[in-house]
Amino acid sequence: MIRVRLPHHLRTLAGVGAEVELDIDGPVTQRAVLDALEASHPVLIGTIRDRGNGNRRPFVRFFACRDDLSNEDPDEPLPEAVATGAEPYLIVGAMAGG
Amino acid sequence: MAGVRVLVGTKKGAFVLTSEDRATWSVAGPHFPGWEVHHVTGSPADPDRLYAAQWTSWFGQLIQRSDDGGSTWEPVGNDFSYAGDPGTHLWYDGTPRPWAFQKVWHLEPSPNDPDTVFAGVEDAALFKSTDGGRSWKELTGMREHGTGDTWQPGAGGLCLHTIIIDPNDESRMYTAISAAGAFRSDDGGVTWKAINRGLISNPELPDPDAEVGHCVHRITLHPARPEVLFMQKHWDVMRSEDRGDNWHEVSGNLPSDFGFPVAIDSNDPDTVFVVPIKSDSEHYPPDGRLRVYRSRSGGNDWEALTNGLPQENCYVNVLRDSMAVDAHDPCGVYFGTTGGQVYGSADGGDNWEPIVRDLPAVYSVEVQTLS
Repeated sequence: MIRVRLPHHLRTLAGVGAEVELDIDGPVTQRAVLDALEASHPVLIGTIRDRGNGNRRPFVRFFACRDDLSNEDPDEPLPEAVATGAEPYLIVGAMAGG
Repeated sequence: MAGVRVLVGTKKGAFVLTSEDRATWSVAGPHFPGWEVHHVTGSPADPDRLYAAQWTSWFGQLIQRSDDGGSTWEPVGNDFSYAGDPGTHLWYDGTPRPWAFQKVWHLEPSPNDPDTVFAGVEDAALFKSTDGGRSWKELTGMREHGTGDTWQPGAGGLCLHTIIIDPNDESRMYTAISAAGAFRSDDGGVTWKAINRGLISNPELPDPDAEVGHCVHRITLHPARPEVLFMQKHWDVMRSEDRGDNWHEVSGNLPSDFGFPVAIDSNDPDTVFVVPIKSDSEHYPPDGRLRVYRSRSGGNDWEALTNGLPQENCYVNVLRDSMAVDAHDPCGVYFGTTGGQVYGSADGGDNWEPIVRDLPAVYSVEVQTLS
């Protein structure tokens, strides 16, 4: 079981609490987590990754175990602590004014 | 009774202002708090059907739909993928730049079908939904009509911000794009032609015969005389007698002919409203006085409407989608400012009162006539 923590606006949009729990078959990568998140909550499609090219939106950041994974290979395995559910995978709105 | 529902999009959410007499108001919202709402509008065919375009730079574009007049909302489709290889337009520096969807600026429901709605987007393109916003398909004839590769963004981006559907003939549509110009379709949006003859945009566009490149801010028409169009251009208030084929200037005695919105009295196709703004670099009213100008003669002769509006130290702007009229008699006129005020007049502009004073910056104002 993977725990995913969403930013405030996306929690409201998806109608969920602070964390979403996901079951993933196969390697636990950022791409697999985001694919599973969008499959379970289709309203989030396009809000985290660009619809056209699948890239992270510029003002969205990904963290796990205190590490910034935003620019890491989305197909690399996530830390064991995330894969086991001990630590959440964090989706964060970047610090930016507006 | 003179019931109205005023739909307000702001920098930080949407608000619904409701009145049964245009004198006392209830305010609901913010809906979608924290999100920029570029436009909220209602279906002429079903006043309970509303559409809203919500966006942030963080999380992108969403379209919301209400089936109960704005009490509850449902996110619908947000896939605005261009059809085929979109090619390039020009960037600010004149170099080719691939078309890329940024956001929705304007939603225009069909006059006759609540499930049909058009979306004007940045980078400039026109989309259509026939299932209540759940899915969107690009009308490629707009972007690919022939000059698209020469379109260049205005200061606000390369946005298709105005969509008008002739209420008497749904196959006739108009759009406006900054900074490309005005366009007309006579076949329901399949094919388009530029309609910019007579527009003068010196010194930015020295060629008086330029087919495109004009910064059109807003166009409007009156259902009783749909062949006549009024336009607020970057500079100049313009009028066309022939569905946009030719334009002539009707700025007349305005203190400034720069501005954004233009609206027509619902009871008189010759009564027109604009809000003069000092200049393109000073986006506030001349002399710090917020004045709506009204022409009762279809342009050229304008009178200042000031009763109830701030006449000193006022430095707000009124954006292109932020003025609307209701269908009562006398006509109600409503507009919102970047300072967060929404003003209303229940007597055709003679007297104004603030409905709300302290909203976030207002991006759009639409009004539904309820009873």
